[in-house]
Amino acid sequence: MIAFLIKRLFHAFLVMFIISVISFAIQDNLGDPIQQMVGQSVPESERAELREELGLNDPFMVQYLRFAKNAAQFDFGYSYFYGEPTIEVVLRHLPATLELVFATTLLIMLFSVPIGVYSAIKPRSPLSRLFMGVSIVGISIPVFLTAIVLIQIFAIGVQFTPFPVDTGWGSWLNGALSTDGGMPAYGRGDVVHVFGTWSTNFASLEGLSYLVLPAISLASIMLPLFIRLIRAEMLEVLQSEYVKFAKAKGISMRRIYFLHALKNTMLPVITVGGVQIGTLVAYTILTETVFQWPGVGLMFLDAIERSDIPLIVTYLMIVGLIFVITNTLVDLIYGLVNPTVKLTGKPA
Amino acid sequence: MTTASTSSKAPSRLARFRSSYLLYSFKRDWIAQVCFAVFVALVLAAILAPWLSPMNPYDLAQIRILDSELPPFWIDGSDPQYLLGTDAQGRDLLSTILYGARVSLIIGFGAVILQALLGVTFGLLAGYLGGRVDAFLMRMADIQLSFSTLMVAIIVGAVIKASFGGAIYSEYAVFILVLIIGLAEWPQYARTVRASVLAERSKEYVDAARVMGFRAKRIMFRHILPNTLSPIFVISTVQIANAIISEAALSFLGLGMPETQPSLGSLIKSGFDYLQSGSWWITLIPGGVLVVLVLVINLLGDWLRDVMNPRLYKG
Repeated sequence: MIAFLIKRLFHAFLVMFIISVISFAIQDNLGDPIQQMVGQSVPESERAELREELGLNDPFMVQYLRFAKNAAQFDFGYSYFYGEPTIEVVLRHLPATLELVFATTLLIMLFSVPIGVYSAIKPRSPLSRLFMGVSIVGISIPVFLTAIVLIQIFAIGVQFTPFPVDTGWGSWLNGALSTDGGMPAYGRGDVVHVFGTWSTNFASLEGLSYLVLPAISLASIMLPLFIRLIRAEMLEVLQSEYVKFAKAKGISMRRIYFLHALKNTMLPVITVGGVQIGTLVAYTILTETVFQWPGVGLMFLDAIERSDIPLIVTYLMIVGLIFVITNTLVDLIYGLVNPTVKLTGKPA
Repeated sequence: MTTASTSSKAPSRLARFRSSYLLYSFKRDWIAQVCFAVFVALVLAAILAPWLSPMNPYDLAQIRILDSELPPFWIDGSDPQYLLGTDAQGRDLLSTILYGARVSLIIGFGAVILQALLGVTFGLLAGYLGGRVDAFLMRMADIQLSFSTLMVAIIVGAVIKASFGGAIYSEYAVFILVLIIGLAEWPQYARTVRASVLAERSKEYVDAARVMGFRAKRIMFRHILPNTLSPIFVISTVQIANAIISEAALSFLGLGMPETQPSLGSLIKSGFDYLQSGSWWITLIPGGVLVVLVLVINLLGDWLRDVMNPRLYKG
């Protein structure tokens, strides 16, 4: 176990090193801090002096080490646009994204396990087929399109009148097919301040209503993946020898499904879930763009538009750090709960 | 899937295809038939876009700005000249969708070809040579996959855009997108191919080829590769669907095709600004076409996987 731990930690540091080199290369090649610091009228000789003073003429390695030293203290310099330390800008936007991700994770856990298990236990029932059909449609709809459709239906409203309006049943059917809209779909609304840079949407009903559409959009793309994964794993577990043995022993099916099979189904789900965190972060950028949700994803996209290099670099480093920490934790947890995993390395 | 060379005695490729299990199960699966028909129809419509579409959306002379935001034919106030209505710039929506599907498909196929070239080469090398090469390539694939392919694509796109500027980015958008999506997704192929190569490598025909003194390159590409084709074929369908979605996502974020040469994704993006003013068709009709295109490819991929049942890399 110790060897596994050390190996994983070494891997984590290696990945963080690669991310920092890439980030530094971006900063080194794209940003000209002198241009940002001084006005047009400053002569070239003074610029050269300043450049020497800031150490911008030092060799690549020296500059990288300086960057890494500052980065280890979470000092990434100042944002061109905000004029304040980039780390503060990121920390200010981070809670909005984390709350969105948290709400989405709740939705995924709430729905994926029951639906996945049900469609594995009864693979041929019409309801399971419906779930599988809906899930492949769900995978095929890009997350921003789901968001746009949700906005059209629940925020703007749909007036659909295929039936005659003058008859009673016609206007009733028309009413059932139309929506009034009115759901908030822009920004976070009023948030309740908790402490530091963290203000929450979870404290009031109004705040929660702002969270509904973005969280459903984000969940719509991840939920089908998890349902299909849980179903596939559960189907495999139900074929295994020990489930057959438990059946032969006369243990009730309910106990077999939920005590024996479900435990072993969830193991691979943990690892895949860890890998999917990366995907989730990518999708938050899209979701936040559609809903103008003021999280780090939207901040990152704005930073690209404004060529705010220090902010882009900070985002990459912080998101990279979050990835690496979660991936390492997931691997360690997996190693703990499943002792059969080859501890010294990946199976060939 | 067999691709062995045909000798004079063996039945022709067409005859073998006719008696294959692939065709047999295709004939019995109506979902696969419908999907295949829709897919072929969409691809044909995209290829024939310059001849099918009522106007050329790239030609500024044909655009009348007064005709902007006209609704499709079933809504009051539409113009019969524009079957699906017009967008905010007065371009015929049907024409822009046909041209947009063309751009999306070109990028989708281009990116998958690049992924396959990179992924198959690296996968063969890793699986056949083993040892340090294998460890290095697979570690790289692991790291890249842990970041998710879309994230890698967004970052690379952002860096290219920030370093060359928006104008150059728009001009070479098709090449840049193929490059970005191709580079972001090669690990999928490399892992699948490597897993098949590991299974094939220990078989006797490989030993025989080695004893006969063939070089590694020949054994890898002429002997092992044909036997790993069915998993490659299966993941290719899913990868095309993924590439089209990735392209749409990048375009939606402003890191893709410019509005003057729109793909389905950038049509959705440009229409989104007009959603609040009631012109839903500009964004939702291209969106519908995108979903149908991706859905039929995904369903065909599912069907292929069930029929061919290859040993796909798992976990």
